[in-house]
Amino acid sequence: MQNLIDTISESVDRATDARFGPAGLNIVVATNRASSAACAEQVALQYGRGDNMSLAGVPIAVKDNIATLDMPTTCASRILAGYTSPYEATAITKLRASGAVVIAKTNMDEFAMGSSTETSAYGPSRNPIDPDRSPGGSSGGSAAAVAAGITTIALGSETGGSVRQPAAFCGVVGVKPTYGRISRFGLVAFGSSLDQIGVCARSVREGAIATYAMSGRDPYDSTSADVPVPPNPGEVEAYRGKTLSGVTIGIPSEYFPPSLDADVRARCDVAIEVLRGLGAKIVDVSLPHTSLAIPVYYVIAPAEASSNLARFDGVRYGPRAADTTDLRAMYDATRSRGFGAEVQRRIMIGTYVLSHGYYDAYYKKAQSVRALIAGDFATVFASGVDALFTPTTPTPAFRLGAVTDPYEMYMSDIFTVTANLAGIPAISIPIGRVDGLPIGGQFLARHFDEPRMFHVAAALEAALGEEAHA
Amino acid sequence: MAVTEEDVRKIADLARLSIADADVPSVTAHLNSILSHMDVLGKVDTSSVEPIAGIGADGAPLRGDSVAPHPMKATAAVLAPQSRDGFILVPRLSTHEEL
Repeated sequence: MQNLIDTISESVDRATDARFGPAGLNIVVATNRASSAACAEQVALQYGRGDNMSLAGVPIAVKDNIATLDMPTTCASRILAGYTSPYEATAITKLRASGAVVIAKTNMDEFAMGSSTETSAYGPSRNPIDPDRSPGGSSGGSAAAVAAGITTIALGSETGGSVRQPAAFCGVVGVKPTYGRISRFGLVAFGSSLDQIGVCARSVREGAIATYAMSGRDPYDSTSADVPVPPNPGEVEAYRGKTLSGVTIGIPSEYFPPSLDADVRARCDVAIEVLRGLGAKIVDVSLPHTSLAIPVYYVIAPAEASSNLARFDGVRYGPRAADTTDLRAMYDATRSRGFGAEVQRRIMIGTYVLSHGYYDAYYKKAQSVRALIAGDFATVFASGVDALFTPTTPTPAFRLGAVTDPYEMYMSDIFTVTANLAGIPAISIPIGRVDGLPIGGQFLARHFDEPRMFHVAAALEAALGEEAHA
Repeated sequence: MAVTEEDVRKIADLARLSIADADVPSVTAHLNSILSHMDVLGKVDTSSVEPIAGIGADGAPLRGDSVAPHPMKATAAVLAPQSRDGFILVPRLSTHEEL
């Protein structure tokens, strides 16, 4: 039991060092040593009593847009500076019931709008693999926390790839569950038809355990699905060392364009051959509407964000512009000073595409094209394909400050946004390194078929072994 | 479709954001640069598909219109920048008369 308490204490030490220490990676934005220690003692007592907990004494870091009672939840935004939620996210409550101990909140792009953590009000995080490079985003702090060994599991959130892209950049596993698998109660809303809580982890198995520990219907979130939660892979050991005999894996040509980074392509080709060697049937498939995913996403997500972020107006949360005497001027001043440039840009885009005269041309049209993108996946999966394999990102981690054009930054999510638009589960795992920089490979599966997704991912992970990190 | 500087001022007004006059040209240019990538959507034939608001088989699920206990550990007024007697205080509306 003392071991468990020491484990948590050491994790808090590492988080504190990552926040304030010489490493200066700027991964962590808050810790609470007293509450983490109290939780550890509680879990140690339960564990000693023989309670069955799948994550007993496992330290976890949590993205700063998921509500916790014992640490602030600021979404890395000035407009929520100092805000501590009066309630806790259901996902956190479930993890605590499984024995996990929250030890830190992690840095992120402001309100999860970004792909590099560079839009954070706390300043960017650095990639532990190469501190001159971005850890990706928006859950960059969570992926970096796992890569830096602060925790073995960290929660992130996905709207368009915000767990998988940083996981790929940092050389860790990133899980985006099916839309509805995990309650979003307590996840600060960005794009409500897209948002899902996800997991960064060292291994597929740990990612699966954490995913299932948070899964299930929640009366506080009407979009959480009432579907059975698969058995805990920690108990059934279903995922490691199995062959892929009888499994059909599709390779969508649209995810391997001529412009794809040659090193990323080469690593994917090796992975595909390994999958074939494990007994999988590899088939070429087409998802013809893939190129429309980024334009669709950057209509729908900002539209939903402009609505969701209307609540941050200086009345109910956070700081208020104090130098105004009129209500309307207070709204404008609070929001303009509180939100950063990228958040304001997306609110502007969202407001425009929802405004009178443009709704049909942009928002309604994007919803129709979204149906075509979802239909592509339905057609491929109906043809007998069990899972799809693709690169997670077009390039390895880019240098901090290297991408300055907003749309160019949006394009780093080109292989990940489709899963969010279609609501299907997806996972990124490390498949090798080039010049020391990690490359991620992605599996996508049918709605609620996480067991198959974890199966193929764990089989590839085991077969690649150390090669995945070499 | 390109937005004008006047459009940008109107959108900012709707979005409750104040943009300094000096910044309006650059914001307009940024928005137009991004929106130009959306024009491709207009060329897609969607005559045979219904727009979807969500991805579930039954569309966006709704909850019952009933009051349920909320696991709040504090009242909303405690979180507000200014409150008194359990009510949230805001500045006066400029359209209201002085008392």
